Amino acid sequence: MTGPMETLFGLLVGNSLTRLVFFPTIAAIPMFFFPRAAARAAKIYVLVMSLVELAFGILYLATHMAADGTFAMVHDLGPGGGVIPWIAGYGIRYDLAMDGISMPLVMLGILLVPIVILGSWKGIETHWPMFGASLLLLTTGVLGALLAYDLFLFYVYWEVMLVPMYLLIGIWGGERRIYAAVKFFLFTMAGSLLMLIAILWMAWTFQSVNGGVWSFAYADLLRLDLPVHQQIWLFAAFALTFAIKVPMFPFHTWLPDAHVEAPTGGSVILAGILLKLGTYGFLRFAIPLFPQASEAARPLLLALAVIGIVYGAMVAWVQGDMKKLVAYSSIAHLGFVMLGLLAIDIVAWQGSLLQMVNHGLSTGALFLLVGMLYDRRHTKKFDEFGGLAKVMPVFAFFLVFSSLASVGLPGLNGFAGEFPILIGSFRTLGWPVIVATFGVVLAALYLLKMIQLTIWGPITKDENRGLKDLSGREIAALVPLCVLMLWIGVAPDTFLRRSRKALEGVLSDYRQRIEQPAVRQATLRPPAAAAAATTANVNVATTEAGR
Amino acid sequence: MLQLLWLIPILPFAGAAINGLLGKWFPKWLVTLVALGAPLASLIIAFGCLWEYSQGNSQGSGEAFEQTKYMWTTGELSIPVAFLLDRLSAVMLFVVTFVGFLIHVYSAGYMAHEEGYRRYFSYLNLFMAAMLILVLGNNYLVMFVGWEGVGLCSYLLIGFYYDQPFPPYAGKKAFIVNRIGDFAFLVGMFALFAQLGSLTYHDVLPKIAANPGLVTTGTYMLGMPLASFVALCFFIGAMGKSAQIPLYVWLPDAMAGPTPVSALIHAATMVTAGVYMVVRSNVIYQLAPGISLFVAVIGAATAIFAATIGIAQTDIKKVLAYSTVSQLGYMFLAAGLGAYSAALFHVVTHAFFKALLFLGSGSVIHAMGGEQDMTKMGGLKKWMPSTRWTYLIGAAAISGVPLLSGFFSKDEILHAAAANGHWVLWAVGLITAGLTACYMFRSYFLTFEGTFRGTHEQEHHLHESPPSMTIPLWILAVGAVLSGYVGLPKVLSEVNRFHDWLEPVIAHPAGLAAAEREMSTGAEWALILFTTLVAAAGIYLAWQIYGGQNGLAKGRAWAARFPRVHRQLVNKYYVDEDYDAVIVRPLAALSRFFWKVVDTFVIDGAVNAGAFLTELTGDVGRFTTTGNVRNYALYFFLGVILLFGWIAFG
Repeated sequence: MTGPMETLFGLLVGNSLTRLVFFPTIAAIPMFFFPRAAARAAKIYVLVMSLVELAFGILYLATHMAADGTFAMVHDLGPGGGVIPWIAGYGIRYDLAMDGISMPLVMLGILLVPIVILGSWKGIETHWPMFGASLLLLTTGVLGALLAYDLFLFYVYWEVMLVPMYLLIGIWGGERRIYAAVKFFLFTMAGSLLMLIAILWMAWTFQSVNGGVWSFAYADLLRLDLPVHQQIWLFAAFALTFAIKVPMFPFHTWLPDAHVEAPTGGSVILAGILLKLGTYGFLRFAIPLFPQASEAARPLLLALAVIGIVYGAMVAWVQGDMKKLVAYSSIAHLGFVMLGLLAIDIVAWQGSLLQMVNHGLSTGALFLLVGMLYDRRHTKKFDEFGGLAKVMPVFAFFLVFSSLASVGLPGLNGFAGEFPILIGSFRTLGWPVIVATFGVVLAALYLLKMIQLTIWGPITKDENRGLKDLSGREIAALVPLCVLMLWIGVAPDTFLRRSRKALEGVLSDYRQRIEQPAVRQATLRPPAAAAAATTANVNVATTEAGR
Repeated sequence: MLQLLWLIPILPFAGAAINGLLGKWFPKWLVTLVALGAPLASLIIAFGCLWEYSQGNSQGSGEAFEQTKYMWTTGELSIPVAFLLDRLSAVMLFVVTFVGFLIHVYSAGYMAHEEGYRRYFSYLNLFMAAMLILVLGNNYLVMFVGWEGVGLCSYLLIGFYYDQPFPPYAGKKAFIVNRIGDFAFLVGMFALFAQLGSLTYHDVLPKIAANPGLVTTGTYMLGMPLASFVALCFFIGAMGKSAQIPLYVWLPDAMAGPTPVSALIHAATMVTAGVYMVVRSNVIYQLAPGISLFVAVIGAATAIFAATIGIAQTDIKKVLAYSTVSQLGYMFLAAGLGAYSAALFHVVTHAFFKALLFLGSGSVIHAMGGEQDMTKMGGLKKWMPSTRWTYLIGAAAISGVPLLSGFFSKDEILHAAAANGHWVLWAVGLITAGLTACYMFRSYFLTFEGTFRGTHEQEHHLHESPPSMTIPLWILAVGAVLSGYVGLPKVLSEVNRFHDWLEPVIAHPAGLAAAEREMSTGAEWALILFTTLVAAAGIYLAWQIYGGQNGLAKGRAWAARFPRVHRQLVNKYYVDEDYDAVIVRPLAALSRFFWKVVDTFVIDGAVNAGAFLTELTGDVGRFTTTGNVRNYALYFFLGVILLFGWIAFG
C-alpha cells in the first residue's frame, strides 16, 4: 500500500496533470527568499520556470494525444488505477482530468505566463519577486479550476484564483487600484458563494438518493436528474457566478475598472485566461448539469449575450482611454462566445471554444501593446498619441496585426472562431444572430479608431518624436501570439478537430436529457449512461504513481 | 500547368511577405525584383493555366478544374481551401493578372522616389494575392477571405500617406462602409449554409438549379423565400465593395491613395468583385426576380447619380472616381436584368479603359508635382503626347465612341434593357451615356487642351513620364480599343464569343424561360444609332463649353447660370454630411449614453447602493492599504501549501 503522500509525490515527479498544476506553486517557493534588490535574478528565474512549465505542458500533450489527434478524457489516477480520495467521508476526491475541452484553455494559460513575464519586465517596478510569485500561484489556481473533476475541488481552485489576481491589481495597479481590486473581489465573491451553496446542495441531494453515500464527483453529479424548479435555482447560482466572470451584460462593470487599474501583466492574464473560466464554467458545468433549466434560461441569456456584443462594442467606440477600449471590446468578444454556447450546436460550440483561445491571444497582444506605450509615455489616453507609425514602425505593425485579428479579418484567428459561432448559431437561433453579426461592423469601428488615433496622422505631441521602437524582448513577447493568430486563422482545423469529440459527447448527452420527460423528484440515472459521455474514456493511469 | 493554379495567389503573397518582413535589408533593385517578379510569375502561370484550360475546353461542356489544397474546417461545417478555374474565373483571372502586372510596372516608375517604396509594393502584392483568392476560390468562404483581404489592402493603400490627416481617415471610412456590406454577405452565407448545408459552388448552385422549388417557395426571412433573401444579402455585400447607392460614399474618398492604386483597386479589379459575385450566383438571382429588378434599379440610379456629380468635380481623380461608381452602376443594371455576360463584358472593357484613364491621370499628376486640380492644368498635350493620346483613347472608349471597347459593352447593356421592355431603365442608361461622354471630355479638354494655368515652376517641370509608365499606358490603350471585339453584337457578327464562352456558367434553372427576347435587326440598329448619337451629343457639349483656349472660364460662366444645381453637384448632394447627421452622430450619442448613464449611473449605482458593498469596501481596503505586501502574499502562499498538505494527508 502506498500512502496518499507517496501517491501525490509520485504524480508530481511524473508526466502528470498534478505536476502541471503544482509545479508553479513549488517554483514560487524560492521567490519569498529573493532579496528585493535582486529583481533581475527574480525575473530570469520566473521566466525560466514558466518556460519549464510550458515544456511540461507540451510534453503532456505530446504523450496523451490519441492517434487521430484528439484528446480523450485523461485522469490523474492513484496506484492501481483508482481515484484519489481527499475527504473520504464526504466523497470528495482529488480528481484532475483533461479532455479536448479543457486542453486548449490549459495550453493558453501556460503559454501566456512567460509572455506576461516578458511584457512586465520594465512595467513592474516594485516587489518583483512577489509579482512573479503571484503569477505562478495564479497559474496553479487557473489550471486547477480547468482540470478539476470534483466540484468541491473545482470550487477550491476557483477561490484560489481570486487571491493572486486581487493582489496583482491591488499592489501593482494604478491610482484607483484599491477600488478596482475590491470591486473585482466582491463581484466575483458574491457569485461564487452562491455557487458553493449550490454545489453543497447537489451533493446532499446526491447522497439522499444514493443511500447516504456522498459524492462531489462531476461524473456522479451529472447522473442526477432534478425537478425543473430545483434545477432553475441551482442553474441560477452557477450561471450568476459564471456570468459575472465572463462578464455578461449587465454584470460587466467591474471589468473596465479592473483592467484600467491592473498592471499590463494582470490585464493580459485577466483577459487572456481568467474570463475564460466563466465561459468554460457554462460549457462544463452550468449547461450540462442542468439541461432543463438551461433550456428555460436560453432566451434570457441569449438576449444578454447579444446585448453584450452590441453594447460592449458601442461603449468601446467612445472611450478616450486605450485600455478601457480594449476592456469593453472584451465584453463584446465574449458575448460572441456566449452566443455560440447558447446555440447548443456542435459547429457553434467548436467556434466558441476556439474563440476563447483567440480572444486570449489577440486581446492579450493588445493589452501588451497598450502596456508598451504606457511604459514609454505613462499614459493611455488617445489625445496623447497620433502618428506613432513614423517613430515606431514595428509597434505599428503589431498593433495593426493584432487589431485585425480582433476585428475578425479572415486569415487571422478571430474570424476562424467567429465564423463557426455565427454560422452554427444562425441555424439554431435565427434572426438574433443577425443582430449579433452586426457586431463585426462595430468591431471595425472601434478598433480602427484605436489604430487611427495612435499610429496614423501627423505627430502632434513633441514627447512622441523621440520614442524608441519595440525592443527585442518586447518583440519576443508578441511574436508567439502573432504566429498563433496567423496559424489558427489559416488552418483552424488543426485546432478545431481536437475538441470535436469531447464537445459532441457533452452535446449528445445534453440533447438526450432534454428530450426525456422532467422528473418530479430527484433521481439518479444509472452510471453507464452518464459514464459513456465522461469517464468511459479513462485511459491508463497517466503515471505509475509511487513507483 | 493547371496543377500550379494554387501558386497564382500564393506567389504574390510570398512577394508581400518577403518585402514586408525582410525588405528592410534589401537594396532597392532587389525590392523591385521581388515586387514585380511575383506578379509576373503569377501572370505566366495564369496564362499557362488559361491556355491549357481553353485547349481542353474549346469544344467541351465547360468542365471546371478544381484543386483542393487542404480543409479549412471539417465536420458538419466542412470548408475546403480549394481553387476553381472555370469559364467565369478564367475571365477574371485574365483581367486581374494582366492589368495587375501592368500597374505594378507602372508603379515602379510612379513610386520610384517615394519614401515608402517597399511598403507600397508589399501592400500591392498582398492585394494581388487577395484578389486572386477572391476570384479563384471554389466556395463562398474562400471568396470572402479574398473579399475582406482586398478590403484590408484597400484600407492600407488608401491610407498609404499615413502621416497626413486625410488619407488614414479615408481608409478607415472605406473599411467600415465595406464592413456593412460584408455583414450582409456573412448573413447570406449563414442562410445558405443553414438550408443547404454547404458553401461550395458545385454543391449549392447545381442543387438550386435542379430544384428551384427548394428556394423559391415559402418565406424564409423578412417575408422572402430563401433565394430572394440570399440574393438580397449578397447584393448588399456587393453594394459595399462595388460602391453602389447607398454605400458608394467611400470610393470618392479612396482617391487619397497613390494613383496606381486607384487604377488597380478602385477601378479595374477590386470594385468589380461585387459584379463577379452576382454573376457567380446568377442561379440564385434568376430565382429572385424581385431582387434582380432591385439590383437593376439600384444600378441604374447609381449610374446616373454618380455621373451628374462627375460633371461638376474639378479634381481629375474625383471625376474618374465618380465615373467608376457610375460605370459599376451599368454593370449592376446589366446583372439585374439577367444579362450576366453583358455585365462581365463591361467589367473587362472597363478594366482596360478605366485603368488607362487613371494611369493617365497619374502620369499628369506625376508631371504636375502632385497637383490634381484640373483648373490648374490645361494645354498639357504640348508636353505629354503619349499621355494625351492614350487618355483621349480611354475617354473615347468609355464614352462609347463606335468601334472602341466601351461602345460594344455599353451597347449590350442598353440592348438588354430595351429587349426586356424596361424602357425607363434604358432611358436612364442612355442619359448616363450622354453624361459620361460629357464629363470625360470635359476632363480631357480641361487637362490637355487650352492654355496652361499652373505656376511657372510647375510649367518648368512638365515632362512626359518615363517608359515604365508610358508603355503600360499604350498597352492598356490597345486593350481599350480592341477588347470589345471579343463580344460583338448580333447585328455585326454571327457569334458573340464572349457570350458563348460564358454560356456554360450561366445556369438555366428548370422551368424558367429564357430571359432575353429577340429584337428585330432594324430595332437593334436603331438602338445602336441612338446610343451613338447621345454619346456624340455629350462630347459635342463638352467641346462647346470646355474646348478652345479659355475652356475653364467658359465652363464657369455656364455653371454660374445654374448656381443651385451647381452647388449641389460640387458638394456631392451633401450625402456625407447627411450620413454624419443621421447615422454617425446619433450612434455616438447613444454609445455615450450607454457608457455614462447605463454603466456608470444605473449599474454601478445599483451595486454601490448595496450596504453590503459599502461596508466591505472599507474593511478589505484597510486590509491591503495598511499591511506589508510581502506578509499577505506569504499568508496566501502558506494557505496553498496547507491545501496541498490537506490533499495529501486529509
